[in-house]
Amino acid sequence: MELTRMTAAELSAALATSEVSATEVTQAHLDRIAAVDDRVHAFLHIAADSALAQAADVDQRRATGEQLAPLAGVPVAVKDVFTTKNMPTTCGSRILDGWHPPYDATITRRLKQAGAIILGKTNMDEFAMGSSTENSAFGPSRNPWDLDKIPGGSSGGSAAAVAAYEAPLAIGTDTGGSIRQPAAVCGIVGTKPTYGGSSRYGVVAFASSLDTPGPFGRTVLDAALLHEAISGHDPMDSTSIDAPVPPVVAAAREADVSGMRIGVVTDLSGDGYQPGVLSRFAEAVELLESLGAKVTEVSCPHFKYALPAYYLIAPSECSSNLARFDAMRYGLRVGDDGTRDAEEVMALTREAGFGAEVKRRIILGAYALSSGYYDAYYGKAQQVRTLIIRDFDAAFGQVDVLVSPATPTTAFPLGERADDPMAMYLADLCTIPSDLAGNAAISVPCGLAAEDGLPVGLQVMAPALADDRLYRVAAAAEAAFAGRWGQPLLASAKGLGA
Amino acid sequence: MTTSTDTLVPFAEAVQRYEPLIGLETHVELGTRTKMFCGCLTTFGAEPNSQVCPVCLGLPGSLPVVNRMAIEHTIRIGLALNCSIATWCRFARKNYFYPDMPKNFQISQYDEPLCTDGWLDVRLDAIDHGESESGGTGAEGGSKRTVRVGIERVHLEEDTGKSLHVGGATGRIHGAEYSLVDYNRAGIPLVEIVTKPIEGTGADAPVAARAYVTELRDLLRSLGVSDVRMEEGSLRCDVNTSLAPRGSGRWGTRTETKNVNSLRSVERAVRFEIERQAAVLDSAGRVIQETRHFHEETGTTTPGRSKEEAQDYRYFPEPDLVPVAPPRDWVEQIKAALPETPSGRRARLQAEWDLSEADMTALQNAGALDLVAETVAAGASPADARKWWLGELSRRANDTGTELADLAITPAQVARIAELVSAGTLNDRLARQVIDAVLVGEGSPDEVVANRGLAVVSDEGALSAAIDEAIAANPDVVAKIRDGKVAAVGVLVGAVRRATGGKADAARVRELILQRLS
Repeated sequence: MELTRMTAAELSAALATSEVSATEVTQAHLDRIAAVDDRVHAFLHIAADSALAQAADVDQRRATGEQLAPLAGVPVAVKDVFTTKNMPTTCGSRILDGWHPPYDATITRRLKQAGAIILGKTNMDEFAMGSSTENSAFGPSRNPWDLDKIPGGSSGGSAAAVAAYEAPLAIGTDTGGSIRQPAAVCGIVGTKPTYGGSSRYGVVAFASSLDTPGPFGRTVLDAALLHEAISGHDPMDSTSIDAPVPPVVAAAREADVSGMRIGVVTDLSGDGYQPGVLSRFAEAVELLESLGAKVTEVSCPHFKYALPAYYLIAPSECSSNLARFDAMRYGLRVGDDGTRDAEEVMALTREAGFGAEVKRRIILGAYALSSGYYDAYYGKAQQVRTLIIRDFDAAFGQVDVLVSPATPTTAFPLGERADDPMAMYLADLCTIPSDLAGNAAISVPCGLAAEDGLPVGLQVMAPALADDRLYRVAAAAEAAFAGRWGQPLLASAKGLGA
Repeated sequence: MTTSTDTLVPFAEAVQRYEPLIGLETHVELGTRTKMFCGCLTTFGAEPNSQVCPVCLGLPGSLPVVNRMAIEHTIRIGLALNCSIATWCRFARKNYFYPDMPKNFQISQYDEPLCTDGWLDVRLDAIDHGESESGGTGAEGGSKRTVRVGIERVHLEEDTGKSLHVGGATGRIHGAEYSLVDYNRAGIPLVEIVTKPIEGTGADAPVAARAYVTELRDLLRSLGVSDVRMEEGSLRCDVNTSLAPRGSGRWGTRTETKNVNSLRSVERAVRFEIERQAAVLDSAGRVIQETRHFHEETGTTTPGRSKEEAQDYRYFPEPDLVPVAPPRDWVEQIKAALPETPSGRRARLQAEWDLSEADMTALQNAGALDLVAETVAAGASPADARKWWLGELSRRANDTGTELADLAITPAQVARIAELVSAGTLNDRLARQVIDAVLVGEGSPDEVVANRGLAVVSDEGALSAAIDEAIAANPDVVAKIRDGKVAAVGVLVGAVRRATGGKADAARVRELILQRLS
């Protein structure tokens, strides 16, 4: 079998028995990247040399009989928002031009320690602000299902890399849906773990109270393997939870929903939802019911305020988080010709270094936090956040998990919403509530929309620290769909040819 | 140097017409081994930018983690200042751009400080009026006034880096050719202690401000939370001053004076602002709400940033940190372990040593209180300890221009010298020689006595030869003594002591001579 078509679980097994070497696996993926990435543009930086060096190290350690972690020798693509030693980290922005972080993010370090091979850094909307990668300063990534469509965002590069078989696994971050939305529109699996379940140390912050690193994979089990490898308490992150990692891999293997109580969120449907998305979602719910789950309808009346609350909280935090990009210590510096003072150089650099969407959010956030406006905007949004948490609490009093479509529509054409921020923001309508509540959610493929033949994602949401339930439900659905479709959904993706 | 062109009203006149209102914001760098939010060391004076890491440099992706010891120190300060300790509070971000702020926001506390609503009793007579600029309390008649200063809040934040502006005349950022930033200081835990407005001190306002900072400094030092060195910037003070026409009850606009870097400057800054604001108000002018800079060389203040175009700091709860909720039993433990307060200790020692108020104040102003206490603890009597530190040792310190505490002699050594004197081994003159030798590093008092052979000669054999010699050499004096003019014995005693190199005990020599001649 072609190495790039194998799942991470299959690669892990083949590597463990030395059927294949990490060097062969890595080279195969680097070759695939060389063959298709000029069309997909999933990567901002391809780390061929260090990837092969890492692979050689894994092979050598395995040859000496060393016991290695499950992901040893398995390639992974890393969103360019995680700091990486000896590689650039741009966050999709000009303002970090030339910056090579002197330290690894906790997740980067954990991946390296597990022996996972870091293939490179993936494209993203600038500072993770966007739903299409069109806000990347380095040009958009493209959807492997249709190169004229968006791959979702902000972790669009990571999703596209996995969907294009450039990497079996990828890491992203989810702030308002930035893992689940691209996973859905690229027809792969993506998880937003419980906030605090995966470390933010070394993740360049967009909105601190929302940013959550998580995995992408082509299968539920693959996502679970990566989820487990990156999770767990990190003393470098105060908001990291000091609790055992939920048994996500075991849950993905069990794939059993019999007796589970599943709630359909009635508030996440209706106007603005593509009919083909809703019908695939309805089928998925029926499927779960046929597998023994007890399905009920649940109302979360405050979810309709989630989007506006999010667009106050996230920009507020970003206006402060992005203040450090001031040309004084690293990155771009504009206008330092000896005639200007520090303040002018800061202003010129920020003017030149940030894109339009980043500036929009910084201005929105600075406004929302201003004295005299704080209570009406940031303060009110935090109250809405509490109401949304209460909606979830009430719902999880009745059911074990909630389900909804992951996105209101399938992948839209590149350029279609680039000049319409409100339309762009709606892409995260279904995913934002879980970010605001800090609980766990996953998107798993549930078929193709009839009208455009593009993938639809089923979102499953679970209470904080019950991430294993996501994998139990998603894996059960995945297995049942596979039986129905006869082949993985991704086999239908024709954007790069057959 | 900035020269003030402000018109001033003489201080005595100013406080006759206006009632001053003062308030102080004191920043204290905590003496924790590591920084507020990372593991970097806090050692003062290290090579620039050698004590930094991604966290205190605010590098993208880095995150803060609270230093537990800094929280403990802050609670200790709050308890010592009689504050309530919050059961739950948060850090907040204070947003503004400045090159020495790595993140362009400072992690501080805003509407949820760790400690609130306390007080500190301050004795105005603790200030030595000889040194005081204002004359102060004497004029009001009361020599034992205590002012209870209300404490508004005590909160915890991180320090910024330190800018060095190179080129330009003022050393400030404007006009500088370029600036260098040292981030070693960035992230050092900083406690801010804010008083409530201090009313009713009248002409004593400058003295009260100074006495408060002095008392606070001593308290913080006794708590072991900071080395409180104003000259190294580990204790920094902003002084707020405003005036009300006497009897009007209408407080005027306040100014905030920064760069007040010594206790003396605290007093001078308040005094200057009273004189300046009185002149502005006298001429029907308007005091501008602004930050002013104090100038050590001239004792004046000049305007800085105007608060009327004040920045909006856009405070909001720090999302990278979880709330701080100190458990009650932890706070109780800290409270139980608080040391005696300096004022409590002073009262106790005064009673134990049986000293007058004036004696105690003199001791404190000489910086000798701790030294005397340690000397007493090492076995000397309080009277002896005071005598040596305030007498001989104070003279030595004055002569060499050093602080008493910096003399190269320990309280234990002083106690030993006092012991040798009361045992008769040394007389005062020899003791002074021993002190000199110890100060220049000749060793301990016992080593000096042994090496120099300085012990008093009380060996009767050695003395009697010298006495015989003196009697033989001075027949006329002997005759006078035998005629009943006993006072003349001094001549013989002097001769004997010269002959023994000063080591003979004068009283014993006199006794022996009189015995011989009777």
